[in-house]
Amino acid sequence: MGRRRNLPIVALAMAVIAVQLLTAAAGKPQYLTQLTMAGYYSLVIVGLTLLMGYTGQISLGHAGFFAIGGYTSGLLTTYNLHPLIGQIPVSILQACGLLVSGKDLYGADLLVVRPWAACVVALLVTIGIAYLVGKPVLKLKGHYLAMATLGFGTIVYKVVLGSSLVGAADGISDIPAFPLFAGLVVTGKSALRAQNYYVAWGLVLGAMALLTNLIRSRVGRALRAIHGAEDAANAMGVDTGRYKLQMFVLSAALAALGGVFLTHYNGGIGPSEASVMKSVRYVAIVAVGGMANLWGALFMGVLLNFLSLRGSFGSYDDAVFGLILLAIMLFAPDGLLRAEFARRLPGLRRGQKAAP
Amino acid sequence: MLRIRSLEAGYGNLKVLRRVSIHVSPGEIVTIIGANGAGKTTLLLTIAGLLRAQVGEILFDKQDIGRHAPETIALLGCALVPEGRQLFAPMTVRENLQLGAYVQIRRGRAHEVESDLGRVFDLFPRLRERASQLAGTLSGGEQQMLAIARALMARPKLIMMDEPSMGLAPLVVKDIFGIIRRLGSEGHTVLLVEQNAKAALRIANRGYVLENGRILLEENAEDLLANRDVQRAYLGRDLDSETELDGKRR
Repeated sequence: MGRRRNLPIVALAMAVIAVQLLTAAAGKPQYLTQLTMAGYYSLVIVGLTLLMGYTGQISLGHAGFFAIGGYTSGLLTTYNLHPLIGQIPVSILQACGLLVSGKDLYGADLLVVRPWAACVVALLVTIGIAYLVGKPVLKLKGHYLAMATLGFGTIVYKVVLGSSLVGAADGISDIPAFPLFAGLVVTGKSALRAQNYYVAWGLVLGAMALLTNLIRSRVGRALRAIHGAEDAANAMGVDTGRYKLQMFVLSAALAALGGVFLTHYNGGIGPSEASVMKSVRYVAIVAVGGMANLWGALFMGVLLNFLSLRGSFGSYDDAVFGLILLAIMLFAPDGLLRAEFARRLPGLRRGQKAAP
Repeated sequence: MLRIRSLEAGYGNLKVLRRVSIHVSPGEIVTIIGANGAGKTTLLLTIAGLLRAQVGEILFDKQDIGRHAPETIALLGCALVPEGRQLFAPMTVRENLQLGAYVQIRRGRAHEVESDLGRVFDLFPRLRERASQLAGTLSGGEQQMLAIARALMARPKLIMMDEPSMGLAPLVVKDIFGIIRRLGSEGHTVLLVEQNAKAALRIANRGYVLENGRILLEENAEDLLANRDVQRAYLGRDLDSETELDGKRR
């Protein structure tokens, strides 16, 4: 039973390997760069699928969580603490081995937070913010929840765009590589391309294993019940408020994880990662993937992000995702990969659509 | 089992219930009849904790549950069969029933769920046939049966039913009321809210008349059926034609 359940995960792992071998054989290793980035974006997308598709709670603020993760880690690993040496907080951090010294481009002394410590802080900060935002906001439903999360996303965007601490419109650059373990390093160096591809997709595999098991558990059944009829689920004894908050925080943490890794991979992050259009893009991909369909969302996410990163949509990038969202809502509100399923259940479509 | 004293509740500034006092004893079927908008659904939602009690107290098993969260009230043994069924449409019949047993798992009685499922399927053989079908594809009557079965899976001390006959064909309504009567004879305690006053009073032990958020009358079901004012206001003129339930009385 257990082996059978994890079959799709094994299949994905084999597909990941096959794609790498294929790009090597075809002499197109540069594709791995976009596939690596698409992998990190997939973390946001599968988390959002759990929240939107299964729990039925929309968020138009997930680019905000991605950016909070990326910016926190980026800032901590570039902010020079060297002038502050000797001050007590810095000494404590140094004593704990959380800081690392080096030289910047011009040979000046640099003292910054170690990437793994920055990553942990970034995740904790995101979880804290997601909790504080989610607690009041998830009491809202439907359009009101969409608008409130949109408000949150807009705040994050405007804050990073307006703060000189994080480089305002330029964002943060020269973000160091992120050494993991056993010699693995998250970096954009082309020599380490294949290695980084496997790091990204290892994370995606881990996230998929976690989420597919979660939705098959009793928790997953409760989540689908919340989506189907929230008050009835509540009256059945399901603590709907707690579940919604947990899934909101979990999906935000996954978004932040993607943000942290992509930021170190790219060596920089800019305010466009926090923009509302990015959030709309994530929602569009979840919708086109089939709403309550982790595999569909993963597949469509990789496909569309890959095309977008390759520049296939030209300067119409955001417009393409807007168009996809519009078309899905009009013609297949349950998602492209579930349209057939929905056709067989005409009576259901209205009800399922009510809270996207 | 359930004792409500001077309950006031409503939506925001709109007060729907005014000083409502009712009680339900173990093993009783009690019905609350009243016109549209009298506050029947509001009363059940308030007992279930989905609406907040503004004034007054709700004693369930001698505990004041007026400030409790819905999931806590469910755990204490108070089940709701909501208006309009509120099934989990994209889930199968079996999954809906398993979700009904959610509180049983929280009570540490997960091992009883399988046998309870068998019991419920014995009571509703039609649901056993459709166990793997999606709840949204069932007929109206089957959906209502599933809603009742889902509530039974929680092994409740009190089952509250909100308009179980709503939107169903007369023959199906008869089936549903037959089931409720059977639950009563098996010792279940039922609080039944109905617009179909005649059918409800025929299977109930006691009834309350709710009008504009106030309790107007409380009597034995038979006395209410015979009450002239009640006949005029809620039972219509075809009282003696005995079209429903073939005139069976408890």
